[in-house]
Formats: sequence, C-alpha cells, structure tokens
Amino acid sequence: MSEGQPGEVLVVGADLAGAGRADLLLRDGRLADPATAGAGAERVDADGLVALPGLVDLHTHLRQPGREDAETVASGTSAAARGGFTAVLAMANTDPVTDTAEAAEHVARLGRREGHAQVVPVGAVSKGLAGAELAELGLMARSAAAVRVFSDDGHCVTDARLMRRALEYVRAFDGVVAQHAQDPRLAGRDACCHEGDLSGRLGLPGWPAAAESTVVARDVELARLTGSRVHVCHVSTAETVEVLRWAKGRGIDVTAEVAPHHLLLTTDEVAGYDPTYKVNPPLRPAEHVTVLREALADGTIDAVATDHAPHARHDKEHAFAEAAFGMLGLETALAVVLETLVLPGRLDWAGVAARMSTTPARIARLAGQGRPLALGEPATLTLVDPAARAVVDRAASASLSRNNPWHGRELPDPVVATFWAGRATYRRG
Amino acid sequence: MRHLLSAADLSLAETTRVLDLAEEMAQVQARPVKKLPALRGRTVVNLFFEDSTRTRSSFELAGKWLSADVINVSAKGSSVSKGESLRDTVLTVASMGVDALVIRHHASGAPGQVVGWFEASGIDAHVLNAGDGTHEHPTQALLDAFTLRRHFRRTEPDRDTFDGLVVAVVGDVTHSRVARSNVALLRTLGAEVVLVAPPTLMPSGVGSWPVATSTDLDEVLPEADAVMMLRVQRERMSGGYFPTPREYTVGYGLTRDRLARLRPGAAICHPGPMNRGLEISADAADAAGSLILEQVAAGVAVRMSVLYQLLGGEDLPTNRGDH
Repeated sequence: MSEGQPGEVLVVGADLAGAGRADLLLRDGRLADPATAGAGAERVDADGLVALPGLVDLHTHLRQPGREDAETVASGTSAAARGGFTAVLAMANTDPVTDTAEAAEHVARLGRREGHAQVVPVGAVSKGLAGAELAELGLMARSAAAVRVFSDDGHCVTDARLMRRALEYVRAFDGVVAQHAQDPRLAGRDACCHEGDLSGRLGLPGWPAAAESTVVARDVELARLTGSRVHVCHVSTAETVEVLRWAKGRGIDVTAEVAPHHLLLTTDEVAGYDPTYKVNPPLRPAEHVTVLREALADGTIDAVATDHAPHARHDKEHAFAEAAFGMLGLETALAVVLETLVLPGRLDWAGVAARMSTTPARIARLAGQGRPLALGEPATLTLVDPAARAVVDRAASASLSRNNPWHGRELPDPVVATFWAGRATYRRG
Repeated sequence: MRHLLSAADLSLAETTRVLDLAEEMAQVQARPVKKLPALRGRTVVNLFFEDSTRTRSSFELAGKWLSADVINVSAKGSSVSKGESLRDTVLTVASMGVDALVIRHHASGAPGQVVGWFEASGIDAHVLNAGDGTHEHPTQALLDAFTLRRHFRRTEPDRDTFDGLVVAVVGDVTHSRVARSNVALLRTLGAEVVLVAPPTLMPSGVGSWPVATSTDLDEVLPEADAVMMLRVQRERMSGGYFPTPREYTVGYGLTRDRLARLRPGAAICHPGPMNRGLEISADAADAAGSLILEQVAAGVAVRMSVLYQLLGGEDLPTNRGDH
C-alpha cells in the first residue's frame, strides 16, 4: 500500500456514482475544476471505474485501547481504507470503555495520528456499559471528539427508563442512541446462535428472533415518546424490518443498519460448530436474509455497517459456546453489497453511495463525510472496479485478526483506491 | 468408523456390529479374569472437561480390560478462564502420542471441533464423544440400545432391530444430549420414538425431527414398549421451565400410579443419576421392568466394543483363549 503525499491527482473518466462519467481533480483536499489541473498532476485512469463518496462505517470495533493484540486503530483503519472507508465509528466497548470525554478524545487522537481514516468515537450510553447509570453523554458531546452517537453495543440497553432518559438527553446536542437490540431475558446467558431448527438439533442455546424485534418495538415507541433519534444496530431479522416499516410509516425518527454478513451468510454456517461464524446478533435462516436485502434496497434499512469485530485466534479457538462473538468485515463490506444487491440489479450506484456513505454520515452528523462528488467538496472518495473478483484470503488482511468468515470464498474485489481529503489512504498494489 | 461423534453417523449395520461385539465383550466380563490383550500398546486418554464419575470410570475400565494404556486428564473448569484455548489443550494432549481421545465437554460440538483441528494438524488420533453439552452422547444411546435389545430378546430371541416398538423419551429433551443421541439411534434401529415433555422443555424445531411429540404422558404410556426417563436438572426451575418440582412430577414423573399403567413387559430406562421422587419414583426405579442397573453394566461392554472398533484391534478378542 502506498500512501501519496498531498498533491494534485486527476481521476480521468470515472462514473460518478452512476450519474455519468466525469473527471475529478483532487487538489488541497478538495475537488477542483479538472480543467485547471497542473501539468504535474498525477493522472489516474478510471475508465470502467465507479467513484463513490468515501464510505462511512457506523459500526466497528477497533479494540484499542485494551486489546491491541486483536486490532489497533492503525491496523483497523488500514483495513478500513482497503475496504474503501474514509470514516469509521469506533464502538465504546474497549478497555477502558469510552464513557468519558477523555476516553473519547484519546480514540479520536489515535485516529488522527494514524491517518488512514477518520476515527469517530462512539460514546457509551451507560457508565462502564453496565446498563445502570447514564455515562457523561453531554461531556462527550462537548469534547474535542464531538461525540454524537452513543451505544452500549455488545449489550442491549434493556432498562426502559435508562433508554428513555438517554434518548431525551441526547436531543440537547442532536445525538442519537444506537441500540444493540436484544432482550437478554429471552435467552439463556450462554445463547450463541439463532434459536430455531438448527440450534435444537445442535444442542446450542439460541436467541429467538423475537429477542431483537421486541426491543426495537419498544425503542421506536420511546423515540416517538421523546421525539429523539434512535438508530438500530445490525438488524438481523425479518420481524425487525416489519417494525421499522411500521415506525417509519408513522414518522418516527428511526434509522437502521445491516451488517454485510447478515446479507449473505445464514445460520446453516453454524452446523459445523466453527466459531468463525459465531456472531451477535447471530446469523439467521435464509428467509431473514432475503427480507434484509429487500429492506436495504427499499430504504427501510438505511445503511450498511460492518460490525467489524476482530478477535485474537486464541479467543476464537474454543468450544463454540465459549468462543468470542464477531467477525471481520471492513475489507469485504462493499464486495458483499455488490454481490448481494448491485450485481443482481437491486441497488444502483447512487443507492450504494446513499447506504454506505451519505446516509451513515448524516446519521452520525459527520460534516466532512458523505458529501457529493462536486466542485469544492472534500476530495474524499473511493474508486471501485465493479468487475474485479478474487478469492478472499484471510492471511492477506490488514487486520491483525483472522476471524474472516469470507475466507476461501470468491467475491467481488472492488476497491481500487481510497482518498480521504485528497490523500490516497489505499491504492491497489 | 474413524471417530464416534454422533449417533446419527452410525448406520444400522455399524450399530448392529457394535451391539453384537458388545455382547461378546459382556461375556468376557462375566469371566474371573476380564482382561483381553486386544489393544495392548495402544494409548487412550479420557479428557474430561466436565465431571462424570460414571462415564469416566466406564471408559477407563473399558480401555483397561482391552489392555490399552489409559490415562485420565481432568480439564474441568472453562479453558477460557485459564487462558488456554481448547485447541491448545487438545493438541497438547494429542502431541504426547495418543491413539484415541475420549472427550467429555460441557459445550456442544467440542469433539467435532477437535476432529477439525486434528485433521488440520495432521494428527490421526481417534476421537470419541463421551458427551458434549446438550448435543450428543452416542455411547449412552448405544448402551441403551444394547440393554433394550437384550430386554426384548428375552421374549423374542430373534429380534435384531426395534421395528414395531414404541419408545417414549420423557423429560427435559431440550437440554438432553442423551435424548438427541437416542432419537437418532432408536430411529436407525427402527423404533418409533415419542418425545414427552412440557412445551418449555421441548427443543426448538422438534417438529422437523423424525419423532412424535406429546405433552401428555398418560396418553403415551399405554402405547410404550419402553420409557426412557431423562434427568431433570433442578436448576431448570430458575430458568422458569416449570413452576415447581411437585408440578413436574405430577405431569411428567414416572410415579407409582403410572407404573401400574405401563404395558406388561415394558422396559424402564434412566441414564442416571436419578432424582428419585422427581422424574422417577423409587417404585419405578426398582420395579421388575427397570433396566437401570443393567444400563450401567452395559456401559463397559459397549465402550469396549466401540474402542475396539475405532482402534481396529487385530483379532476378535473372544476368539483368543490364552488370557
């Protein structure tokens, strides 16, 4: 990977998110008039390539501070750049938890130091993610990190009163509460997969689909009550999609994301007890996958977010029920969206730009991300080759971890280059 | 048979071979000197991540009576909390040069994962599932089948399969590895299986299993040629699966009253350890039709048979008269 110095780059003949071919001049971090390109400008031939606004991931786990053996801000954002992302939100379940202004500023600072992508800390809703008392939401919002997204991700905010107060409180600074919707009381403590035919046969304790949709139903009603914004993390069930449709139809301010793995992988992957496929929320049966694709295409689900969850090998090489939850996602997210929606003709490039850049940037209130590819806008973009394919090799990842569910699978290999504020953060070698 | 992970992996022919060889092993057990030289020089490790006096001692005796070198490794407690991965633990043990690893684990699927790690590491040790979480316990199903076959052969000496027989499996099916293995094996042997449990203890997706289900034990009992009572963990109550032990017993226990309603000659099985008074009354446990102690005795013979077949002893042991 070579990272260019700031200088002029002339991208020639890219399809601008499906809006037609044009040249782009990247100068001083912004898009300038291509007709004014200097003779020394580097020319990038983008014939056959699509230019998207830099991708924004609402949901990653960068593991720093605390588990630098699994991922660091440096390695995680390198993976992000390879995946076409120019901004990632870093979930709060680090050690220590991002539940203070100082902790949030520390994470943002690590991101600035590494420079592979904008790192936006997510603040915890509750102190220590314990689900009991509000964390210092306002101080995190006022900090240099300007936190706007709050989540106890990994844990559901189960207490209705705490959820209500969080929603009310963040309205003061236009914040949003991102909920990991999952009622822990509807499953045993050792739940580790989808509850259904397969879990019954395998003897694995599971979460019923209703553990997710019941919480979402409550939360959209709390959003209506408070007039606040609620965001549903990693929607995994058809029933949740029904609740979202209902709520949006009534004007409730709810947004939702889906993870790439829930768009392609099914619970059948768990049949061999391979912890690579252990993830929370769990992989679901194919009928849910179908509904999630439709919901992303029709906008009921607003965004794709990876839930990139790196884990050290020794945390995955346990019995299935005891292994860590989560899978890698940053480098393959766009590939999965191409495979499941774009190539089958169910989402166009404008739709991809909306679901993976513009809308997530708006949900997170990121001013310099998800902007149109127009004169004067930030030179933050991703060049995509829709035709390239490759077999995923987990060893080739920029992540420090190898819990890659796509290993050995042939997928699109779309990302050619990623530019953040005019600077190449990734170029295919 | 390279590994024994699931009763569902056994064909009727393989099952019959295990049961027939177990009969021969049982005859050896009746002799004053029980030891056969069949697995001399072979090493069997019992790797138990969960306490089990009964199953562990049964496997230990089975290995020793076949002259294998047997060691027991207790790995109780979560390897997660010890900081060592399951993969590291089993590869460490296997690297000592073992021929067979008998694994009991509190988590479903663990023995199957071990096979995967062995294959990836070029280790050719045999893996035998001695009970994994709430998944399977194939040697328990084999010893149950062995015991039942003996029982039915007392009145029908030529009976080889369970065709035409009805077996009721009663209790906490959701959390029972014994039930899962028995459903598979009893179906392979041709029995009709009826699972009887309150809806809270019936596994999700049971409708796709090749069994009948019922919530009414009294309706099923008169049809059953055998009843298998499953152990009820008292901690299930805190999970709200049923209100009180008393209510469970009234609904699903093999009480003295129900004992009287069994068909003549019906067999009573229980994998042990029993909660007398909860899922099975003392009268039922000690009744004429109770096979519970025979099940325990059968455990050693069946495990000898399985170890012998997995490890491929050279001669049929009972053909040797020189011990």
